[in-house]
Amino acid sequence: MSDTVSTPLGETWRRLLRNRSFVIGAVVVSLIVAVAVLAPLIAPHDPLRNNFRTRLQPPGEIFWFGTDHFGRDILSRILHGGRISLIIGASTVVVTGIFGTAIGAVAGFFRALDEPIMRLMDAIMAFPAILLAMAIAAVMGASVTNVVIALSIATTPHTARIVRGSVLVVREMEYVEAARALGASELRVLFRHVLVNVTGPLIVRLTYVFAIAILAEAALSFIGVGPPPPAPSFGNIIANGRDFMIVAPWITIFPGLAIIAVVLGLNLLGDGLRDVLDPRTRI
Amino acid sequence: MRAADTASARDAASGGAPLLEVVGLTTTLVATGASVLEDIAFTVEAGETLCVVGESGSGKSMLALAIMGLLPPAIRIRRGEIRVHGEDLARLSPAEWRARRGRDLAMIFQEPMTALNPVMRAGAQVAEVLRKRRGMTDDAARGEALRLFERVGIPNARARLSAYPHELSGGLRQRVMIAIALAAEARLLLADEPTTALDVTIQAQILDLLNDLRRERGLGLMLITHDLGVVAEMADRVLVLYAGRMAELAPVAALFDRPMHPYTRALLASIPTSEGPRTRLVAIDGAVPAVGAMPQGCRFRPRCPHADARCEAVPPLVAHEPRHHAACWATAPEDRAS
Amino acid sequence: MIRFLARRLAGSAVVLLLVSLLTFGLIWLVPGDPTTVLLEASATPEQVGRLRVALGLDKPLPLQMLDWYGRVLSGDLGQSILLNRSVTEALLERLPVTLSIAAISLTLAVMLGVTAGILAALFHNRWPDQIVMSTALFGLSVPDFWLGLVFVVVFALGLGWFPTGGFTPIEQGVMEWARSIALPSLALALTQMGFVARMARASMLDVLNQDFVRTADAKGLSRTYVVLRHGLPNALVPLLTVTGIIAGALLGGTVVIEQVFSIPGVGRLIIGAILSRDFPVIQGGLLFLAVVYLLVNLVVDILYAAVDPRVRLA
Repeated sequence: MSDTVSTPLGETWRRLLRNRSFVIGAVVVSLIVAVAVLAPLIAPHDPLRNNFRTRLQPPGEIFWFGTDHFGRDILSRILHGGRISLIIGASTVVVTGIFGTAIGAVAGFFRALDEPIMRLMDAIMAFPAILLAMAIAAVMGASVTNVVIALSIATTPHTARIVRGSVLVVREMEYVEAARALGASELRVLFRHVLVNVTGPLIVRLTYVFAIAILAEAALSFIGVGPPPPAPSFGNIIANGRDFMIVAPWITIFPGLAIIAVVLGLNLLGDGLRDVLDPRTRI
Repeated sequence: MRAADTASARDAASGGAPLLEVVGLTTTLVATGASVLEDIAFTVEAGETLCVVGESGSGKSMLALAIMGLLPPAIRIRRGEIRVHGEDLARLSPAEWRARRGRDLAMIFQEPMTALNPVMRAGAQVAEVLRKRRGMTDDAARGEALRLFERVGIPNARARLSAYPHELSGGLRQRVMIAIALAAEARLLLADEPTTALDVTIQAQILDLLNDLRRERGLGLMLITHDLGVVAEMADRVLVLYAGRMAELAPVAALFDRPMHPYTRALLASIPTSEGPRTRLVAIDGAVPAVGAMPQGCRFRPRCPHADARCEAVPPLVAHEPRHHAACWATAPEDRAS
Repeated sequence: MIRFLARRLAGSAVVLLLVSLLTFGLIWLVPGDPTTVLLEASATPEQVGRLRVALGLDKPLPLQMLDWYGRVLSGDLGQSILLNRSVTEALLERLPVTLSIAAISLTLAVMLGVTAGILAALFHNRWPDQIVMSTALFGLSVPDFWLGLVFVVVFALGLGWFPTGGFTPIEQGVMEWARSIALPSLALALTQMGFVARMARASMLDVLNQDFVRTADAKGLSRTYVVLRHGLPNALVPLLTVTGIIAGALLGGTVVIEQVFSIPGVGRLIIGAILSRDFPVIQGGLLFLAVVYLLVNLVVDILYAAVDPRVRLA
């Protein structure tokens, strides 16, 4: 972690650009984000429009990925669904980033609070994350916001643990001692030194959180506690296709492949960032 | 006795060649081709102790690892010969070299804390060498491990066989390391700062033990150290390394009395004259240049008080006396340094 | 050793207490009065009142909590609102199904993952490493429930090798039982295997770079022997940790995969309860699975001491 601060930003960037995982991941993720942003412009059809004459069409010239049981274009639904999945993933990253950092920093820096906070995090981690998210989302009511809240609650403890770990290492470093001796207030020490050093592992973790959130959102939607239909998301397209797996497997297959593409891209990105920013952890 | 038989058989096979003869050894970084060790040549005879000295970064440990065939993957041997019992190990396949390790040459590492397997009992770490390398049965290996523990001066040896490394003191761990090195009866022993991590009294005991073993078994000992006190006590001859090159190679008395390389002189000058504690080699201004950032010509040039225009060419290693060599333009005998 | 165990048990007890508190608090996440979610808008005040009594919401909070702890500690997780039966009974009845799938996929994931990871470490940066690492990354990126669906299409509907869903109890024939849980277990194992393989490779590479491995190499022992006798035992501690972590992920994964294969396990029970807001079952199920997870990790911690003599001192 000390490498991260001592390395100038330009050098870090140069090392990232030489990292194959990072470059491939960045290209894949950028492409997907661009496609999702431009979905209304590039989607060939209206993702919500039912058309009973085109029900369950196999992939072909007009409907590249086929249609579902309402005659809706799967490609257009995936493009629009990607928007919702990515928005949920990105929001979860932001919320988890804020709370994970705050909780981890407080636990790491104030010895008295460390034990109670981390035990509470352990308790949250004792629940299977996906099940906890489902229960929370279901209890609060299915909506995009509640899914983000549920996923954030499930991913924050591990993030907090990582931040706390970095804080503990950094706290013992000499220059933090030096800053204290110079009379900087505790809070300034906390923000200036510690948080700067935590950045590397945190960025890596949040990239993985993005991937986890995309997978979890799909599972939530599949179960039926995700963002409510008819708006498409990766998970609920798959859930819709389930009943037509024999006659129309494309409804199920294509959104799954879309999830794999996004998550693979994010995992590659995370691996590349980890190699460069946080070489000590390897998972 | 089997040990004596194999030892004399090896001596006979090598036709009186030195135990270790390194010729023109050069190692480079695989990635950049930058040289790590350059043109190293020396011998170690049976029953002799050669001390290798230099600051950290001088390439001492790398030299030992190169001889063992244990260089990290990023570094490889580019040129040169490593003859042990007359056989050039550098030409062998990795598997053949592996088969020589333990039997022909063994090594003691610097950190007895980390050099032993933390989840394996001390006795088992010796016994596995006896079983795998000398074909002993479990029972025989256990008995021999006990004898080795006793020989290297581990008190209460029988109980210590079943101790885990973390249950032993630093000195005892280093004795276990020595027992491991002795187990396969190698005649050539490389020791990389074996006492650096230990306190002074333990250090003296370990050095005494190594000396006894050398005399008793006719071992050739290559002892790496940065402690000139250790050199004075242990060495027959001394090899001074600087930045991966040989600076000076001389019998110990000649080196202390008539150091020929400015670097050796600086090292010797850093020893306090009165009877003080031994100091490490830190009293020279500047630091050893990094691999890949070596100055042209003499590598000591930037730190050398005698540097002049000649030093922009690499100084050859020349003989000042029959067994006393140094690589310096300034101090070289007139007829050689033109 | 005993002190280590005692401290570990005390730690688990504290976490368990917090876990039960969180489960208890879940109902307070419901916006407004929980009863309004459960009942139609047309419900009479009497109906609301009865439900409040059934859920214990009529009592003050500390009393509610005390009640809940008193019951939970005696093994009573309450009555299901929808099934009209004891939550504990319903969970226990379905537990063997869920546990067998989770245990089989855990075993598969760990065995295959560790083997692949060690292979990758041995051939670091060469083609076996690259194949293992690419496959592992792919496994990490596939949604397990989707893989289950694909398996159904290919192996059940297409090739007819396995049933498309349902569960056959082991008493009705081992072969039939195995066939009924093969696809869900495989789908879960394959997605978790990637994580195990990456971890196994990383810890193996880490160990192989340590000084004592160099000592073993200096002894002239064969590479295979060094890796298996010196490397592997030292890599076991991180691998145990992974096992504990993926035990949690697998319990969660089982919940979803049971839905895909219509398997009547704990997961289907809980999801049914989630969809119909049957609070006692949601709370009981969450608590139940959390306890299973804590137990697995307790066992893992005890195994640390068996694997690493240094832990016994701590």
